[in-house]
Amino acid sequence: MKLYVTDREGNEHVVPAMPEWPLMECIKAAGLPIPAECGGCCLCATCHVYVEPDWLERLPGIEQDESNTLLEAIAARDNSRLACQIRMTGALDGLRLRLAPVP
Amino acid sequence: MISTDVLIVGAGPVGLFAVFELGLVDLNCHIVEVLDKPGGQCSEYYPEKPIYDIPGVPVCTGQELTDRLIQQIGPFGPQFHFGELVEEVRLTEASRWVVKTSGGLEFDAGVIVIAAGAGSFTPKRPPIPNIERHEGEGVQYAVRKIEALRGKRIVIAGGGDSALDWALNLHEVAERVTLVHRREEFRAAPDSVRKMNELARAGKIDFVLGKCVGLDETPPLTAVTVQTNGGAHIRAAADVFLPFFGLTMKLGPIAQWGLNFDANRVQVDTEKFQTNVPGIFAIGDINVYPGKLKLILSGFHEAALMAQQAFRHLRPTQRLLFQYTTTSTSLKKKLVHA
Repeated sequence: MKLYVTDREGNEHVVPAMPEWPLMECIKAAGLPIPAECGGCCLCATCHVYVEPDWLERLPGIEQDESNTLLEAIAARDNSRLACQIRMTGALDGLRLRLAPVP
Repeated sequence: MISTDVLIVGAGPVGLFAVFELGLVDLNCHIVEVLDKPGGQCSEYYPEKPIYDIPGVPVCTGQELTDRLIQQIGPFGPQFHFGELVEEVRLTEASRWVVKTSGGLEFDAGVIVIAAGAGSFTPKRPPIPNIERHEGEGVQYAVRKIEALRGKRIVIAGGGDSALDWALNLHEVAERVTLVHRREEFRAAPDSVRKMNELARAGKIDFVLGKCVGLDETPPLTAVTVQTNGGAHIRAAADVFLPFFGLTMKLGPIAQWGLNFDANRVQVDTEKFQTNVPGIFAIGDINVYPGKLKLILSGFHEAALMAQQAFRHLRPTQRLLFQYTTTSTSLKKKLVHA
């Protein structure tokens, strides 16, 4: 399985994705610069990504924790998600997302 | 000038436990911490969240761990300096370190221990063009004196407690307060949300659903450009812009100390946990070595080994007697809690 991740310079990377892994860990394992300061605890909003709008509805819903922490994401948009809160499944194979700016 | 055996940078769990291990070998410590409280990420990010992987402690919260560490190191009388960022480090001819902080403190330390986690907590800077040019004047990330904002036109961005609290507090002294947030939902005390909505309905605060996208090209600040959720661009007149998006961690001045880094983490050896600069050690999340795991317990281990080497660095002519706290009379004497 894979993700298509566009970095902050606009370059697209094909990122291998492991089932059950948070997307944040997949992106990190690929060596892309996602800070994820709190280590996936849904606390810091630094694994903020923009999901390609076509994919939004296929993602699991936003829980209250994520919704709260997204309020501290800088430059949040309607397609903002925290990559630590979404786990990889077959349904997300080929997901396209973009790294949000680093605060 | 404050003289100390060891200056610890960062009062997270690992920095705190370093006081204990250094205390066992009779080294005294001062700790500089950028936040206004101890605990680091434990108290800033997850004070209420459970931690399950501290040996012998099946579960405790971030705040409980911090409180217990403070209790545990109490007998060694560490001196804390909160709200200070270590800025400058210089080696003296006597092979000691002169360390200066953002608040003007000066230390004379024999050893420096960097226990700075992922770096120092600093306010998040939103990606708005020219924002850096206005920082300190037109753009402020914290309110230091309410009086300084009297009669000003203020734009506040964010949806957390800070944004709401300051909108409520400042609307009475400011000429005008505009609160900009992209949703009607807030992460704040329900009472504050209710009050803000009342003030907005009464026309005493402007609440705009949208995001701040532009500032004057150069100081002084006269307006913040807001893109509303509907897509319109409006100019909100402003003397001061207060973005409140919480904190993030930046490496900061440590990057300038001549240390070897690997992806923003300080390289150390696994015998001494010393950096490439003799007398400067790095422990906890800030360091990197083959096999490194960012765990609190790894940081504790690193603190113990570091303390042995810090002793040898500071007392090169003395032999270090290894003792257990359980059986050593002298150690037990030190550890009696007042």
